[in-house]
Amino acid sequence: MITWKTTALASAFAVLGTTASMADCGITSGKVSILGNDFPAIQALVEAAKECAGNGVSVSSNLTTEHRDIQVAALTANPAQYSSAIVANSSIVPLMNDGLIRPLDDLVAEHGQNLKPSQLITIDGKVMAVAFMANAQHMFYRSDLIEQAGVTAPESYEDVLAAAEAIRSAGIMEHPVALNTKTGWNLGEEFVNMYSGYGGVFFQDGTAEPNINNETGVAALNTLKALTEYSNPDFLTFDSNATQALWESGEVAIATLWGSRAAGILDAEGSTSDVTSTTVLAGAPTVGNGTTPATTLWWDGFTIAANISDEDAEATFIAMVNGISPEVIAANNDDAVWLGEGYTPGDASVGIFASVQGGAAPYPMLPYMGLMHTALGDELSDFLQGQETAEQALADVEAAYRTAAKEQGFLQ
Amino acid sequence: MPHRTFLWFIFPSLAAMILFIAMPIASVLIQSLYVEHEQVIVLGETCGPFGCTPSTTVDVEATAQLKEDAPLGRFNGLGTYLDRGHLAVNELRMAWAISDGLGDFLSRVMNLPFYKALAFTMTFTFVVTPLVIVLGLAIALGVNGLPKMLKGPTIFVSLLPMIVTPLIGSLILFWMIDADGIIGKTLQVIFDDPDLSLKASPTLTWIVLIIYGVWHSAPFAFIVFYAGLQTVPEETLEAAMIDGASRWERIRYVVIPHMAPLVVFISLMQLMDNFRVFEPIVGFSAQANATSLSYIIYSDLRGDQQQFGSAAATSMLTILGVAVLLTPVLIRTWRDFNRKRA
Amino acid sequence: MSIASQRRSPALIVFSTSFVILWVILAAFPFVWTLWGSFKVQADFFSKADWTNALWGVRTVAETGAAFTGDGYYGAWVEQDFWRAVLNTLIVVVFTVIISLTFGTLGGYALARSGYRYAFWLLMIALVFRAMPHITLVSGYLLPFFEWNLWGHLPTAIIVLVAINQPFTLWMLHSFFLNIPKDLDESAMVDGCTRFQAFRHVIIPVMWPGVITTGLFSFLLAYNDFAVTAMLLSQDNQTMVPKIASFLGSTQVEGNVMFAVAAVVSATAPLFALIMFFQRQIVSGLTAGAVKG
Repeated sequence: MITWKTTALASAFAVLGTTASMADCGITSGKVSILGNDFPAIQALVEAAKECAGNGVSVSSNLTTEHRDIQVAALTANPAQYSSAIVANSSIVPLMNDGLIRPLDDLVAEHGQNLKPSQLITIDGKVMAVAFMANAQHMFYRSDLIEQAGVTAPESYEDVLAAAEAIRSAGIMEHPVALNTKTGWNLGEEFVNMYSGYGGVFFQDGTAEPNINNETGVAALNTLKALTEYSNPDFLTFDSNATQALWESGEVAIATLWGSRAAGILDAEGSTSDVTSTTVLAGAPTVGNGTTPATTLWWDGFTIAANISDEDAEATFIAMVNGISPEVIAANNDDAVWLGEGYTPGDASVGIFASVQGGAAPYPMLPYMGLMHTALGDELSDFLQGQETAEQALADVEAAYRTAAKEQGFLQ
Repeated sequence: MPHRTFLWFIFPSLAAMILFIAMPIASVLIQSLYVEHEQVIVLGETCGPFGCTPSTTVDVEATAQLKEDAPLGRFNGLGTYLDRGHLAVNELRMAWAISDGLGDFLSRVMNLPFYKALAFTMTFTFVVTPLVIVLGLAIALGVNGLPKMLKGPTIFVSLLPMIVTPLIGSLILFWMIDADGIIGKTLQVIFDDPDLSLKASPTLTWIVLIIYGVWHSAPFAFIVFYAGLQTVPEETLEAAMIDGASRWERIRYVVIPHMAPLVVFISLMQLMDNFRVFEPIVGFSAQANATSLSYIIYSDLRGDQQQFGSAAATSMLTILGVAVLLTPVLIRTWRDFNRKRA
Repeated sequence: MSIASQRRSPALIVFSTSFVILWVILAAFPFVWTLWGSFKVQADFFSKADWTNALWGVRTVAETGAAFTGDGYYGAWVEQDFWRAVLNTLIVVVFTVIISLTFGTLGGYALARSGYRYAFWLLMIALVFRAMPHITLVSGYLLPFFEWNLWGHLPTAIIVLVAINQPFTLWMLHSFFLNIPKDLDESAMVDGCTRFQAFRHVIIPVMWPGVITTGLFSFLLAYNDFAVTAMLLSQDNQTMVPKIASFLGSTQVEGNVMFAVAAVVSATAPLFALIMFFQRQIVSGLTAGAVKG
């Protein structure tokens, strides 16, 4: 409830501030229209961007959970339906592949004084997007249960397995572990995280040839399977909503969940103080004697469409930068782990920061990664259910990926 | 009716269907015969908030030239239909060659996404459709025998499973069948098995989906049958009674034959709808254990990279499947049509 | 049916009545459960700890101080402007039903009276059209709609829903018209009416039962649709079902499931009224022959 209230509050401020700040943006004309996902941080951004409206400038938005499915078609049209698409590391790829977004170097030089250099997503030397928030899956654990089982706070997945065994054999919990392992995108993401933690590389150098059916892949899968054996047998249906509910009901001791869910987990709603007061956020565990956390780092950022006039592009850029100004970030501090100036890290951001500092890898922004992710999500559940070997599962993934990559022209 | 008048009457309907169904189907058919251009990949480096990594990107300019020369992509004929994601001809041949025995062959076939989906789709269609018809008829007979006063409210309640949005209806049921939910817990008590989980095993997931399918569609069959019951010829029933027919015999020899055309109608609609089963799979998060043709299409079209060609091919195969399923019904309707015409 | 042919043994009455009671419970239970749960907090409604919490509202008491709360309804209707989605749904549904039925009665009548073979084949092709998964159709629409600036508007979604619904509507209405005696309109034509005048003055007055039944199914399709409305409407024009889906949150961000539950209950309420109101017509419409093949 807290997030909804802050949004409501933020929009109330935005309404109050409309007349006062209209001139601040310094745009005189242009059409700004924004496509993005529908959650509080983006809502806050869009509200602030809308302050630039007036005097020949129109700002409209379409925030929807279906944004990924319409963005390519919407930006392919000429002129594009939206002048800006809000994307993440994975969803920028199809826009890049089709050349639907424009380089932002000139606009950054002219209007981006408030942006930190680290916010600029630079591809082959050209700025293609401006990131404004970060996210990652990381570890949550219950300090009281860990203590009760007589183990120390886990730092690697091997520790997690040992702690889980200790908790189970002490009779505290039968299924102490939870991961977002729902068949499909979630399960694919877990493998991506684990494989990255083992230092695996998904493709052969510089090509779209898959490279996962190897010892590292098998090790990653086996670790995943070992973890799911300490999970509730329903684990193949676990998405973020399910794992958060499990955590809040106090039925899990160690979990890898999205950092963006931390605020909801730590607040009093839906849980008891026994759970919230002993919930500890930590960076993602390492795995297999690796040194970097077994997770991938995500950003959300905005892009500017290619198929629009330069005037609209400039107006859009200014409005979007206004949407992530330090004041907006400060006013909506707890809605996200913001990357821009004005952010004060709160309790809920600890896990994400620890993962970033541990040197976790960013989610690979490759033209064919989405196809690999889909193949992983669809083909791994047979192995986790014990119906086939790890090698067979990985061979299936590669075969499914190859088929898709051939249809998409990445492989011959 | 003269052709001209016919055309005027049917024009609006036909125009809407041609524009929004026939033309898209034609374009989907064409799309399924093509694959994307060869993508020109260049090496580079990507930098962001979390540092720099070497990466590859698509050379947009080089690819744009290829696209301009042939906007549809590369012609692939039936290649997409035959690849691993669809009919998997090569994989089938291979499986046949290396498998030792039919069981092994089948398990290899079930490892291919299309056949796995087809297996569930067919099972669902052929189990749910007859059950819906039987249950619908039973409810209709039961409701028909109720005192007049109770009929109204009962009809209304009976329609509920059909009118609650499937997306949300299945989500709520999904929570109810959770091992900690009311139905899940009750079943654990009934079967005296504290580890019973309806979501974990493939068999139980299939059963749950089938029960949901029957529950959701039974009202449709019920309302159609109930209406049909109101038109059962009274004289025939009375004549049968005078001949000493029991109630069961009256149902068997008078009511059921009278309802035969309704059974055709319901089977037609149900076969089609069940063959496209999709919402319950998403609602029940059942994709680990059960996928359907519509689900594969969904999975191709959702996500970060959409695979239109692959989805197009699966869609055409779905249409083909429905056409085959409907053939017996169509033949029957054709005979009726000619009889009526004569 | 007369009493005589309805007379049954007591055992049969007991059996048949208990079967109906069992069915009524099965049909209504999830809905009653949802209705009850919509006045609880999420921790109770989707209770992981103990399902009986959903009955007594243990967490609801702890979080709000009372066993029932209207927070879900307040959140959906007041904070999230659910009424806007209701209004859009109303527009989409009313126009879809009216246009579907107008097109459908004209087309269905023509198919029923044509007598040529092509009428049959047209009907069959329409039926095969119906087999096309909606999601593929919708993905195909996206690019042209964006190019021609048609995307996001209510009329676009309405006409798409009408088209998708035509095969079923045509089938239902065509079989309904087959059961209206040909003599009726043909005698009018002998008296000097054109085909259209005969349709208007003779057929329209007797077709309502069939039209209402078909209308109910068109209504349900438009009302419950997700694939078309979620992909083709902009946020301002969103209808109820996509709006409810958006309450559920995404992988990264928590939604507010209780808003969705309250919204589902709210969305079903008008259907109650509608079914209650049209109940007699729906049944009599079917009776009058719409489904006799």
